[in-house]
Amino acid sequence: MLTILFDGIAYGMLLFVLACGLAVTLGLMNFINLAHGAFAMAGGYVTVVLVNRLGVPFLVSLPIAFLASAGVGFIFERTLYVHVYRKSHLDQVLFTIGLVFMSVAAVDYVMGSSQVFVQVPSAWQGKFDAFGVGIGRYRLLIIVICGLLTVALQFILAYTRFGSRLRAAVDDSRVARGLGINVNWIFALTFAFGSGLAGLGGALGAEILGLDPSFPLKFMIYFLIVVTVGGTSSITGPFLASLLLGIGDVAGKYYVPTLGSFVIYTIMIVVLVWRPQGLFSRATSR
Amino acid sequence: MPVVLETISLVKQFNGIIASDNVSLQIEKGARHALIGPNGAGKTTLINLLTGVSRPTSGRILLDGEDITDLSTHKRVRLGVVRTFQINQLFSDLTPLETIGLAVSERRGQGLDWWRIVGSRPDLVAEVVEILERFHLTDVIDKRTAVLPYGKQRLLEIAVAIACRPRVLLLDEPAAGVPEDERHEILAAVAALPSDVSVLLIEHDMDIVFSFADRISVLVNGALFVEGTPEEVAHDARVKAVYLGEELVDA
Amino acid sequence: MTPPPAAVRTATEWLSARARWHPLEIVFWFAAFAAIYLFPARHLILTEIAWLGLFALSLDLILGYAGIISLGHAAFFGFGAYTAALLAKHEIIEEPVLALLISGCAAMTLGFVTSFLVLRGSDLTRLMVTLGVALVLRELANRYGWLTGGADGLQGVSVKPVLGVFRFDMFGHTGYTYCLTVLFILFLVARRLVNSPFGLSLLSVKSNPLRSSAIGISVDARLVAIYTVAAGYAGIAGALLAQTTAFASLEVFSFDRSADLLLVLIIGGAGYLYGGLIGAIIFKFMQDYLSALTPQYWPFWIGLALVVIVLVGRDRITSWTTPIRLMAARLNWRALARRSAERL
Repeated sequence: MLTILFDGIAYGMLLFVLACGLAVTLGLMNFINLAHGAFAMAGGYVTVVLVNRLGVPFLVSLPIAFLASAGVGFIFERTLYVHVYRKSHLDQVLFTIGLVFMSVAAVDYVMGSSQVFVQVPSAWQGKFDAFGVGIGRYRLLIIVICGLLTVALQFILAYTRFGSRLRAAVDDSRVARGLGINVNWIFALTFAFGSGLAGLGGALGAEILGLDPSFPLKFMIYFLIVVTVGGTSSITGPFLASLLLGIGDVAGKYYVPTLGSFVIYTIMIVVLVWRPQGLFSRATSR
Repeated sequence: MPVVLETISLVKQFNGIIASDNVSLQIEKGARHALIGPNGAGKTTLINLLTGVSRPTSGRILLDGEDITDLSTHKRVRLGVVRTFQINQLFSDLTPLETIGLAVSERRGQGLDWWRIVGSRPDLVAEVVEILERFHLTDVIDKRTAVLPYGKQRLLEIAVAIACRPRVLLLDEPAAGVPEDERHEILAAVAALPSDVSVLLIEHDMDIVFSFADRISVLVNGALFVEGTPEEVAHDARVKAVYLGEELVDA
Repeated sequence: MTPPPAAVRTATEWLSARARWHPLEIVFWFAAFAAIYLFPARHLILTEIAWLGLFALSLDLILGYAGIISLGHAAFFGFGAYTAALLAKHEIIEEPVLALLISGCAAMTLGFVTSFLVLRGSDLTRLMVTLGVALVLRELANRYGWLTGGADGLQGVSVKPVLGVFRFDMFGHTGYTYCLTVLFILFLVARRLVNSPFGLSLLSVKSNPLRSSAIGISVDARLVAIYTVAAGYAGIAGALLAQTTAFASLEVFSFDRSADLLLVLIIGGAGYLYGGLIGAIIFKFMQDYLSALTPQYWPFWIGLALVVIVLVGRDRITSWTTPIRLMAARLNWRALARRSAERL
């Protein structure tokens, strides 16, 4: 049972790293980016190519995946997304769904449609026992890396000037602009960073989530759940939501395998109807 | 005169801020009652409470003696409690004809009619045209609301409220934002409201308040501060102090 | 006090002008029915266009008229499809039209029950809740494979002749006539609905829900009503698919279906009822053509179309059809109002 908890925590933290960029994007610009998963997929495939085909060490490939996804995110944001900010939510949904379809088909064409696996170094494979709990090495690595990232994020948000500007802009972008904060630039950087994190999450997660061209579609709903259930007014909300979702999904699939994701979807619907603003957010002033 | 709408110790609290503080207000039948007070005094909050847009933290609201505190906005409208908004809330793609037509048809209980074509009842259309004539909107009758000049939109805002045949009409700063040359139409419309409609007027412009009202309530920091006839309020030293020496009126 | 009768007559004309049948509409339906006799070789694709058009029409009712963004409209489509397929397979209701009506009612019930989920929350929450409902149904259909045939789909469905007389055939002749007739009847009903006081109240709710409740409209009740009706329409469209192909599979609930549907409606434009029908025609022919070229990568073109449409601007795309619509809408006072407003 504790193994399930451990696996669930690993899964949850991975989801958090994957989804937190989406949370900030939504909170900052009220922009619904359904294509967020595509950046994760990009990071995953970059790592696959680097490790499997070019022999780059796994841990080295992770920051490269981050940078690659961040770069792609930055380019897309400046060239495409920037035209869609002012448009209605429907337009944003249509636009980002369009991007998802295009990226899925493009990756299918280039990489093929079968699931790919990362050649994780043997040091990280397998399990060991600690206190009677089976601890997977790879999952432990995920927890450590994601944990460090979460701490770093919290630090950036709370203690740096960029962080305070970002928080101001999320809270009320009009006032922030009035204070001289360059909200557009903050958004470009944050979008890039969030996409980079997604790419890193995709690289880390390729092994346990399964990586194939339909990744953005399969996991879109999970990212959305993290963001809507967790709310967008802090990162603790999505963090807690990710953990709950991770543990819930792993436990659900273990104890009630026939129902699969049914449990998650139903809980999501119930939560959203009961508290549309999310379980963990405070009511926004908007 | 009998009381048509009253609140009993109405309190509204938002996260520690008391927006309405124990407000007990009575509006008499046929009243021309004005509600004034400095910015942030809680006037619009009170209107929101009266119309059901927000729910009070405690207290009751009675319409002709019936408790309406728990009724939703649209049910209160059906009972005759109607408001106008300080910032125009209109249907930008509909025309005045359609807007008033909708209000009248809803009032007549034909809102769920999904089979008849809009405009197929001549008596309904006649009533709509009559209202539009009364508010001098016939020259813009077929134009999209979004392209109307602000003054006309403000008139439409009042016309829509009248189309609902209110028992109590809550006017939230009807002349707000209206350019000087279009104000007189608004004021004339307000002055020409039917005498059986009880009106609560929120206004900042003291000329309008004193020419319109037969009773004034002053709201400060969410609480009723002073109430009385215009003469009493105009000469009340506390009111003058609240408005920081502003000239209320030459009595 | 009573206004002059001439003023009342003009006002009446303005109000009811939108509901008047325009010449192009008559041409459209005439052409659609003429295709039964003129293009027998294309009946299969025309059948698909017919039920797809009905499906898009149902989305238009909630998106174009009530402003609800749904990513899971396929839930009702699939529910209707499976109901019809199961009724036929287990020979519970053999007559297709009756089965169709029952499937529609089933979908309407599902719509009614889930309508309360979309009343609260932001656009994003509604999007997710609707998506969630469709995903839940898909999971359930997968889980109860003994009933639904699971991932392989429901096999062994045989559909009896329509009204006992018109047998379904391989070439879609009966199929097209059947689907087109159903589409036309439901279209007429929808047309009455949107031009009625109820339809006007939907537009007002979409435009300004605060104002709507301030004139006595129960916003929730109206949304529930239109959502239920739209679900019924979608269910009937699904049932038509099931009956004309004698098959139903999990894919009827898929996200792809809901996303494709959004594209279909957006191509034609939401909010004037014909958008879904026109979009279905364009979409199906495009799909036919592009699938022959690159069968596997069809989603790429859909995605590209969506991106381009949004970037160019939906208004600008539908404005290309405006001259045609204006020509047909000579008596439409709204177009007149817009033109006179532009002259202001």
